[in-house]
Amino acid sequence: MSTSLGRRRLLALSPLLVAGGAGIGFWRMLHGMSGGSFDPHDVDAPVLNKPVPSFDLPAQAPGRGFSAAELSGLRAPVLVNFFASWCVPCVVEMPALLALPSMLGRPLPVWGIAYKDRTEDASGFLQRSGNPYTRIAADCDGRTAIDWGVSGVPESFLIRPGGIVAWHTAGPLSSGMVTEELGPALRRIGA
Amino acid sequence: MTSRAGPSPGLLASPRMVALLAALAAGLAMPMKAGAVSDPSEMLADPAAERRAEHIGSRLRCLVCQNEDIEDSGADLARDLRHAVRARIAAGDSDRQVMDWMVARYGQFIRLQPRLDTDTLLLWGMPALALLAGGGTAALAARRRRPAPSPLAADEEERVSRLLEGDPS
Repeated sequence: MSTSLGRRRLLALSPLLVAGGAGIGFWRMLHGMSGGSFDPHDVDAPVLNKPVPSFDLPAQAPGRGFSAAELSGLRAPVLVNFFASWCVPCVVEMPALLALPSMLGRPLPVWGIAYKDRTEDASGFLQRSGNPYTRIAADCDGRTAIDWGVSGVPESFLIRPGGIVAWHTAGPLSSGMVTEELGPALRRIGA
Repeated sequence: MTSRAGPSPGLLASPRMVALLAALAAGLAMPMKAGAVSDPSEMLADPAAERRAEHIGSRLRCLVCQNEDIEDSGADLARDLRHAVRARIAAGDSDRQVMDWMVARYGQFIRLQPRLDTDTLLLWGMPALALLAGGGTAALAARRRRPAPSPLAADEEERVSRLLEGDPS
């Protein structure tokens, strides 16, 4: 009798246990999102470990435009950064982009792609916030960004010599991310 | 069952109620209409091709909103992806080729309905597994709860027959 009662209690409790488990999982997800350890938008891009998609973009003032061929012809790694003047996280990540060489302890050129931006807006933004870019291209209709699998700005791609995407993040760069992820990724490609 | 369970037909048919319901229905319909694809300039001229595009779009995740398909989403990127779907169709791609084009750029995550493969076998099998587990548990419980009645002993049989014959002793 007592075992059957215990079993019934367990059976009655099991929906509560399931709901509790789901609640804990949900709480962990929200906690990770606010703490920065979980980002549902940071999905691994299929372009990772593949050659950069082909494109040839016009210049965005005050820089010079560039093409996939130019990226592939480089002998040193470069960080490609999609940005826009209308994007708040892009303002947030600008100090990290500007401080990149000092944080990495080595030079790393950043090539920018202005995503769906007006030319004068993008150049005004760079005047105000500082310009970390060696080359700047304009992707006015956002078609090139789609080929890269960009789902929003900012997004950054580390390109190794030969034009292969070695690392990717879909979100603003922070100093922590630079030292913990970008630095090791650079060392991995041995450049 | 009773008349209290719902509004009486008289109340439903009253002009005020009709007006209220109409306003409610209009309010419900509004956000759907505002949903992206209402812009005719986005649509393909060929109705059959447009239907195909809408069908493909309804199976593609908007990467900004993440739980909406690109046909319903008002996000900028969703509009660009709708354009891309229609451009692929106009270029003569099959439905599958359009899907592959999207997956090549955004990964399996862009499929609102995950593909059935070894990675997603457990996910797809879960409803069947849950039914099996639930059915098994229910069957076991039912078998335990009702043990087969043991046959009556000889004295019990005698008492039953006496009772049936109307002898109370």
